[in-house]
Amino acid sequence: MEVLAGVVAASAPLIYAVVGETITEKAGVVNLSLDGSIMLSAMVGFAAAATSGSVIVGFVAAIAVSMTIAGVVAFSGIALRLNQIAVGFVLFLLAKQLALFFGDPYIGRTGPQVAAWDLPLLSDIPVVGEVFFSHNLSVYGSFVAVIATGFFLARTRRGLEVRAVGERPEAAHARGIPVNRVRYAATLVGGAFVGMAGAAVSLDQIAGWRENLTVNLGWIALAFVIFGGWNPWRVALACLLYRGLLFVAGEFQVEFPEFVQVLTQLPFLLMILALTVLNTERFRVVARRFPRLRPFLAGEAPTALGTTFHPE
Amino acid sequence: MKRLRSAPLALAAALGAIVVILFAAGAPPLEAMRVIFEGAFGTTDRLGATLMAWTPLVLAAAGLLITFQAGLWNIGVEGQIAMGAIGAAWMARSVEGPSLVVVPLTLIGGAVFGAAWALIPAWLRTRFRVHEIFSGVALSFVAAAIAVYLIIGPWSRTGVASTSGTDIFDPRAWLPTIGSWRASPVGIGAAVAAVAAVLVLLRGSRFGLRIRAVGRNAESAHLLGIPTQRYLVAAFAMCGALAGIAGTVQATGFHHKLVPSISGGYGFLGVLVVLLAGFRALWIAPIALFFAAIQVGSTQLSLRLGIDSSLAGVIQGALVLVVLIVGGFQVYSAARGPVVTGEGEA
Amino acid sequence: MSLVLRNIHKHYGSVRANDGVDLEIAPGELHGLLGENGAGKSTLMKVVSGFIAADSGSIEFDGAPLGVASPRVALEHGIGMLHQDPLVFRPFSVLDNFLLGSAGGVLVDRKGGRSSLAEMAARYGFDFDPDADARSLTVGERQQLEITRLLWRGARVLILDEPTTGISEPQRVKLFAVLRQLAAERLIVIFVSHKLEEVEALCHRVTVMSRGRVVGRRELPTPRHDLVRLMFGDITLGGARPEVTLGDPALSLRGVAARTRGAPLHADLTVRRGEVLGLAGLEGSGQRTFLRLCAGLDPVGSGTIVIGGHDLAGKPYRRFLDAGVHYIPAGRLEEGLIAGLSVAEHFELVGPNRSFMVDRGAADTLAAERIAEFSIKGEAATTAEALSGGNQQRLLMAMAPDHPVLLLMEHPTRGLDLGSAQWVWDRMLRSRAGGTAIVFASSDLEELQRYSDRIAVFYEGRIIAVIPASTATSSSLGLLIGGVVS
Repeated sequence: MEVLAGVVAASAPLIYAVVGETITEKAGVVNLSLDGSIMLSAMVGFAAAATSGSVIVGFVAAIAVSMTIAGVVAFSGIALRLNQIAVGFVLFLLAKQLALFFGDPYIGRTGPQVAAWDLPLLSDIPVVGEVFFSHNLSVYGSFVAVIATGFFLARTRRGLEVRAVGERPEAAHARGIPVNRVRYAATLVGGAFVGMAGAAVSLDQIAGWRENLTVNLGWIALAFVIFGGWNPWRVALACLLYRGLLFVAGEFQVEFPEFVQVLTQLPFLLMILALTVLNTERFRVVARRFPRLRPFLAGEAPTALGTTFHPE
Repeated sequence: MKRLRSAPLALAAALGAIVVILFAAGAPPLEAMRVIFEGAFGTTDRLGATLMAWTPLVLAAAGLLITFQAGLWNIGVEGQIAMGAIGAAWMARSVEGPSLVVVPLTLIGGAVFGAAWALIPAWLRTRFRVHEIFSGVALSFVAAAIAVYLIIGPWSRTGVASTSGTDIFDPRAWLPTIGSWRASPVGIGAAVAAVAAVLVLLRGSRFGLRIRAVGRNAESAHLLGIPTQRYLVAAFAMCGALAGIAGTVQATGFHHKLVPSISGGYGFLGVLVVLLAGFRALWIAPIALFFAAIQVGSTQLSLRLGIDSSLAGVIQGALVLVVLIVGGFQVYSAARGPVVTGEGEA
Repeated sequence: MSLVLRNIHKHYGSVRANDGVDLEIAPGELHGLLGENGAGKSTLMKVVSGFIAADSGSIEFDGAPLGVASPRVALEHGIGMLHQDPLVFRPFSVLDNFLLGSAGGVLVDRKGGRSSLAEMAARYGFDFDPDADARSLTVGERQQLEITRLLWRGARVLILDEPTTGISEPQRVKLFAVLRQLAAERLIVIFVSHKLEEVEALCHRVTVMSRGRVVGRRELPTPRHDLVRLMFGDITLGGARPEVTLGDPALSLRGVAARTRGAPLHADLTVRRGEVLGLAGLEGSGQRTFLRLCAGLDPVGSGTIVIGGHDLAGKPYRRFLDAGVHYIPAGRLEEGLIAGLSVAEHFELVGPNRSFMVDRGAADTLAAERIAEFSIKGEAATTAEALSGGNQQRLLMAMAPDHPVLLLMEHPTRGLDLGSAQWVWDRMLRSRAGGTAIVFASSDLEELQRYSDRIAVFYEGRIIAVIPASTATSSSLGLLIGGVVS
């Protein structure tokens, strides 16, 4: 049970990041800066918390940082019509370097951590309570993020509009949806989640700051958005499975150190597989024949992903 | 023409950005710039170190220019550098003989490994239409994992398996140096040759002309009878080969062994160089020199001014971001069509 | 309740898409809007439905002036447009497509939407599965869904842009029944079309547009030749074409079908060397597919394409090029030339030189020669996008081999001024005299009649008639284009 609880807790940052990027991409915007964003927000979150002594201040600061970065991506992609990939990539490197630079004095310092808090009543449920409800707010927040995002995208009018904007902006415009405003909002909200991811690492999961604290978390998240088919539930499940596998790998660390190396790269191999399978003719035939299976087999990228829209 | 007009403004904005960053870092800007400059060029040793950083950076950037001109985002260049280093290390470890034999073999090994690794995203892209960004990033991590696996596994140091690297190569496999200078004339020569070759290739050759045609408009290029996919694959392979040589330089010229993060980030930095150069071959070498100087010079910052040397990365990143955004603003205010980066004169 | 447009102007650069259009439509009217491609119908309708802003002019609906700034405002005023490719979201369910964009609370009211959809569908005799993906719907069903949605959102003016393209016959019958029902309910229906028969069968009144202006209004019924004359103008047949003796077959097609479309384009067609075959038809009726199949650019589903004695169906594009086929597309800068490369570089790309290095001097000399020969207004170093449309076309023609076996052209003179158009044809006729077979698509009837030996008329993806140009009249062609086979 402890193991499962550990896996659930360890998945939290990745889940925040993946959910955030899913929202952004659903609206048709790619935020490629993810890896740098997470690193910088982790660092800033920790610094703010360590300085103020408040975890909440840390989270707020982390969110502000990554929203700013997301804002730059959105502005240069939407208003300036710059290549989102180019800007995202440069921001990835810049944010990473900023984290290294400004984080230097905080290396090795201790700071506040998110306090453990067993959810009353729920944590008393046998098994489930221990696995899911004996953590802290940061971990519970990741559950809420998945559930809320899943609900938002599937059930709410705004969620439907976000998907519409990423799917066929000109049709969304025809229905009176302010395409670019929705895209700004989705990118910023996605950025906020990415900030949560950073803070969840530096204020909870690892608690502290050092270089490469958030090793490749952003790239793994970008991979899982694809592997999870832009579906928050599947994406979260993929994160849990991945952390589970990592845990298993950790058990064999001593006996088979090479094995761990292979396993940590699994998300990337899975992503390539997902992308490859998605694009084969045979798969399309299967997906067409069994439309019910489509959401489980692989997801479709939002059709207008990475494009710009300008009403005449 | 357009670029020329925008250059002064972008330059001013970039300079402004650097000054702001230095201020924010608590460094007197002029003093910091002087320290960086002296740190990079002050003594012959420092100049050597700067050239040592310039070499792989230029090699990577030159390769990336080819893929960018073909319209490709070869983010996987980091992995191609790592694989090149692995190929070179394999040669250095398995071939015994005089420098004259081993060194060319390491360079060839690096180039072949890098090119082979680049063929994977090429294949995924042309056969399965998998975007090269995602396959490239993924393969970079896989390549890094392979390097670690080799370092702690089959190639581990005698007795101890540690991630600090393999055994030092036989000195005969090292890139030859002159005197105490760390920068190898072979490496520098390779870099200069690469830039010259890419310049000639892209600006003067029929092959380069076709690469540019494919990168700008694959549909038209196809109509004109150019086998577009073959050119995409060729661009990947060439970039991979140059990245592989960069990896060789890192392994046999700098570390003298295989270490986990062997690429040194020069692949990603190379992307910045090409973006800042506006995809023009002539600008690659000077901009790479500028970046290498910042990189090496800023190590002096911590000694002299107590400022962390990672400021270098901040300056480099901010510079490119500012130039991109200023360029975007100018096009925006000139009310022109959408800006597509990845195009431009070679 | 009537819709009144006054003096609508919309210019794109020097092109006057709408040049002072007036239109008045009474409630309960089924109004047809006829005109060739590029006549300005679509632009006008996009202005009315808020997709584009007019440069000047006014729109009044129900006596109140309408400042239509966006499709949202238009629909709030009761003006809805059904696009030729209905604007549905393929991965979304029918129900979500129906609800998307409607007002309401935080949640999507699927329960209420379901009953509204059922109610609206029942009212107009449509049948939807609310949970099916929109991707599984046919074009006709997507259309029905959009019509239902627009009416549910309160549209009192319904604009339909070429709605019968790509839908089945029963769907067309049903569509017309619904449109009549709407008119009976005092709605305004604007039916934008190319197809004479349909306009005649459906509409009460018709407005004919040409070159951005209204050229006529008629109460229906009216004699058909009258409408044809309004649409295409009076055509004086010119005999300027020099006679040539036709040579061997250059192109023979037998039962050729594209892989993406099931039915063959035509059973059997042969074009001989020195012959000019014109392709007529409403845009998107299959001419482009035909040209691209003959050029080896689109995959062939079935049939044979014999060029120069060899069946090239299914062979790579390179084989077509080697056989002497040359295709010049309509999208000159999009799919023919390469923006950013200079004129000289374009010649180098297709030139005979195979040396590794480009000889700049020789390239410039070659470019200068070609520029002079084809009177391109530009220099060797001018980039393709900096050339005017006419000069881009000249560049494309200058890049063609001197005597191709088969020259395929899509809208060779579209967007060109008279001088350039004349020049293009002089050039093409010279190739023809040299034994080149020419196949070209055009929406300009006069061009088709003047330069073709035979004209193949496309309708809904197929060739429905091949007639000698000498016997073609504007009205006979106009009728065929509209799908009327006598």
